[in-house]
Amino acid sequence: MSPDLLKLIFGRLGLESLPLHEPIVVGTFVVVALGGAALLGGLTYFRLWGYLWREWFTTVDHKRIGIMYMILGIVMLLRGFADALMMRGQQMLAFGGSEGYLNAHHYDQVFTAHGVIMIFFVAMPLVTGLMNYVVPLQIGARDVSFPFLNNFSFWMTVGGAVLVMASLFIGEFARTGWLAYPPLSNIGYSPDVGVDYYIWALQVAGVGTTLSGINLICTIVKLRCPGMTMMKMPVFTWTSLCTNILIVASFPVLTVVLALLSLDRYVGTNFFTNDFGGSPMMYVNLIWIWGHPEVYILVLPAFGIFSEVTSTFSGKRLFGYTSMVYATVVITILSYLVWLHHFFTMGSGASVNSFFGITTMIISIPTGAKMFNWLFTMYRGRIRYELPMMWTIAFMLTFVVGGMTGVLLAVPPADFVLHNSLFLIAHFHNVIIGGVVFGAFAGINYWFPKAFGFKLDVFWGKLSFWFWVVGFYLAFMPLYVLGLMGVTRRLRVFDDPSLQIWFVIAAIGAFLVFLGILSMLMQFAVSLLKREQLKDVTGDPWDARTLEWATSSPPPDYNFAFTPVVHDNDAWWDMKKRGYQRPLTGFKPIHMPSSTGTGVILAGLATAMGFGLIWYIWWLAAASFLAMLVVGIGHTFNYHRDFDIPAEDVIRTEDARTKLLAGAK
Amino acid sequence: MSRLKILALLPLAVALSGCNYVVLAPAGDIAAQQRDLVIISTVLMLLIVIPVMALTVLFAWRYRQSNTSARYEPEWDHSTKLELVIWSAPLLIIVCLGALTWMGTHLLDPYRTLGRIKAEQAVDQSKAPLEVDVVALDWKWLFIYPDYGIATVNDLAAPVDRPINFRITASSVMNSFYIPALAGQIYAMPGMETKLHAVVNHAGTYKGFSANYSGAGFSGMRFNFQGLDDKGFDAWVAQAKSAGGSLGRAEYLQLEKPSENEPVRRYGTVDSDLYRLILNMCVETGKMCQSEMMAIDAKGGRGHEGLNNTLPLTYDKHARRGTPLGPEPTFVAGTCTPEAPQGQTTASIKAPTDIAPLLGAGLKRPTFAPLKSSSFFLGQRPKSDS
Repeated sequence: MSPDLLKLIFGRLGLESLPLHEPIVVGTFVVVALGGAALLGGLTYFRLWGYLWREWFTTVDHKRIGIMYMILGIVMLLRGFADALMMRGQQMLAFGGSEGYLNAHHYDQVFTAHGVIMIFFVAMPLVTGLMNYVVPLQIGARDVSFPFLNNFSFWMTVGGAVLVMASLFIGEFARTGWLAYPPLSNIGYSPDVGVDYYIWALQVAGVGTTLSGINLICTIVKLRCPGMTMMKMPVFTWTSLCTNILIVASFPVLTVVLALLSLDRYVGTNFFTNDFGGSPMMYVNLIWIWGHPEVYILVLPAFGIFSEVTSTFSGKRLFGYTSMVYATVVITILSYLVWLHHFFTMGSGASVNSFFGITTMIISIPTGAKMFNWLFTMYRGRIRYELPMMWTIAFMLTFVVGGMTGVLLAVPPADFVLHNSLFLIAHFHNVIIGGVVFGAFAGINYWFPKAFGFKLDVFWGKLSFWFWVVGFYLAFMPLYVLGLMGVTRRLRVFDDPSLQIWFVIAAIGAFLVFLGILSMLMQFAVSLLKREQLKDVTGDPWDARTLEWATSSPPPDYNFAFTPVVHDNDAWWDMKKRGYQRPLTGFKPIHMPSSTGTGVILAGLATAMGFGLIWYIWWLAAASFLAMLVVGIGHTFNYHRDFDIPAEDVIRTEDARTKLLAGAK
Repeated sequence: MSRLKILALLPLAVALSGCNYVVLAPAGDIAAQQRDLVIISTVLMLLIVIPVMALTVLFAWRYRQSNTSARYEPEWDHSTKLELVIWSAPLLIIVCLGALTWMGTHLLDPYRTLGRIKAEQAVDQSKAPLEVDVVALDWKWLFIYPDYGIATVNDLAAPVDRPINFRITASSVMNSFYIPALAGQIYAMPGMETKLHAVVNHAGTYKGFSANYSGAGFSGMRFNFQGLDDKGFDAWVAQAKSAGGSLGRAEYLQLEKPSENEPVRRYGTVDSDLYRLILNMCVETGKMCQSEMMAIDAKGGRGHEGLNNTLPLTYDKHARRGTPLGPEPTFVAGTCTPEAPQGQTTASIKAPTDIAPLLGAGLKRPTFAPLKSSSFFLGQRPKSDS
């Protein structure tokens, strides 16, 4: 075939795009291919495809979508963490003239992919998954406001993840750092597909995140059960509301800045080039106007989880509910006024730098107030040290250190000596692992029995906890030390042999965290095997306080047979105290949304379009775009959007629960 | 402390003494003041962080479920007094830290000229500071000494106790110019100039590098910074002069090409206009300098004809493979290249030459001695790296 025709069909994709010269990647590919083949074969053998498609892929049930988000987050955690181990290994070995085992081309992709994956495809899905699962239950709703949109959002996030994963085996990922600053990320200095993978993965996933944000805001604002005024909402719902407001306000900025970068790369505009009046500094500003709120998007729901967990396991009302809510709202607003602290060293004047330094410090006031609120919730409580509470204590002790180093970095002259150093790396891992990840694990251990009807195994849970906590300290405290020695981030080789010991300690820490992740997977497996022993039939295994514990575990499709009525911000606690009797008669048919495959198809087409644009396969991009329009418009003619669960089915489900509850007594 | 405990601390002590905490024990006055701010802020925050951590552990232990003797008040969820404390305590700390930040940021603004050499010595206004023009290249550093007409690659030196004025730019992508022992970092960006004012107080050899990832050769963007006495510096300059070699536009364009782990190079003579050309992205002949374009724009541009000026302005495109959808570069001959003086980008910020610490109007000076600029942390003295 003529080269022109090949180019028309395959764009710049060719056999040489496959990284066959990188033995590590080839090895990974073999393992992934074998594992994937085994998984697909197993699914086919056990005839699970139909079940998966009908019950999971096409579902609009917020609970199942929430669970799928969590699975996505955990799967991507394995990939992101593999990158982390590779980095720690490289930095541990590359001393005394050794080049380590990763060349620059590979290593630079590894640290970029690590950052992108951990933020967009681990932390975001975990947080979104928990919000998706819990929020409608906490507010006594039957689903989110727009169930189809929810399914679509999830699959768009998956589409982004698929593109990032594809870059491992087809072509390469960006070698720019996780925020892809131009001019380095512009076509002049990164002409290959790496940055295009970055752009389109984030654009596809970003659509999902933005829509999911709109959906949850609408759900919280419109679908609360009677009696639940704003100031009676559980704190997790409050933090979710604020997080989703942040998402809706900030993700469009990311979309726009990436769109401008792609215009630079694809059609030769000059937004961020050095020449023709372009300004890379504008990109740095814009991306952090998204990037800083993003930090709070992740950590606010974690704060909500800790609030629920502390109050439940202390057997006590949350101290200072009102100030907790106001603190959350203040953080939401302030998070927009601090972005410049990520680049004090770019040469802004002293007054500008001081302004942003001081606004950053001000955020620590409401955050500190939250910390005290949790503290005084424990005060005069009866604390039960179940796994979620253990994660919470670990969070409180770890997060204050991260917060402190964060405020330190907000002092511009201090930042001049610590910026971009390993001290900074230690700081943000300290708050993201100590805050978001510990929060997600507290949430998983807390709500797992709600989702599956049995608790998680305590032995493996504790093992995972200790591996994680000890591993975290071993991995990141040395980085603080190295930062004070003036060691900068993203270095591939080192010349000073006295530094090596610290990198060895950090690598040991990373390995312990790896054991922590393995223990967590074991925890899931063991719990599944022991599910009869760990079973909870009450639906309220922790003697908890909020509405999600009022229904069965796992909740029925319709969540609540009757919409609850709320009189107190610890609604379920209040109902228990006042001797609430579960209604046993008078069930009516329940109106529910129908499953649809449109979300999967649209997201698949969006992913194909992204792939076409990355590789300049224009026909594929155009065809997928047209197909998306057709499918999207076609879906508006789908009139089978809802159905009624017949009253008999509701009665059957509720009677089964009545029997179970009677048996438990 | 028991002997066992001392033994347990031994490895820590060894680890600490074997390492060079350059950020905490720098050799330059600016970095030393920045270090002081790091320590003062940390201590201020520890005032609140330590009690919080202690209370967390205390409450976690005291109110455990098995301790039935502890008070249990499941309905207690509000106390106005406590709320006042938990909001105002962090607020007070932040008020102090904010004041410190405002002052520190202005006093240690990298664009501000130096007022003092060290804590007890003001700048001698009669002596000119050392001018150094810094260019971050892919992946090496070019230092031009305009007053001496020399240039070096990956080798920087300055006389002890003489203020240094750095003007910093880059050729292609963002880097960050950082010598931890001397002063905090500042970004080096193409087509733009940043500034740094610093002074080195102790002779020695210190590390410098790029602190912002800039591509494949980033790890090798290291250089040595030497603080020398006046005689040593003169010898260093003479050595560069005698190295021969000259750095003109052609040699620069050769040097600018990406290369990794470059050895030290010295040039006895350097094109006196080179830095201005680099900054304005017009070293290549036929390119119009940014300053010239700006001068044209400032006069209202040249309307439709101005479009013809685009090719002489292209810069990134020399590395470009072309955009898939954009137009192919077309050649339009450059028109005139008016000589324009270098645009004054920013007004300089002058520091008073007074070593007395700042004082609020009408306040008395406290009697206690202020922090000395020499290191008081870990008993460390500034260490030379080699």
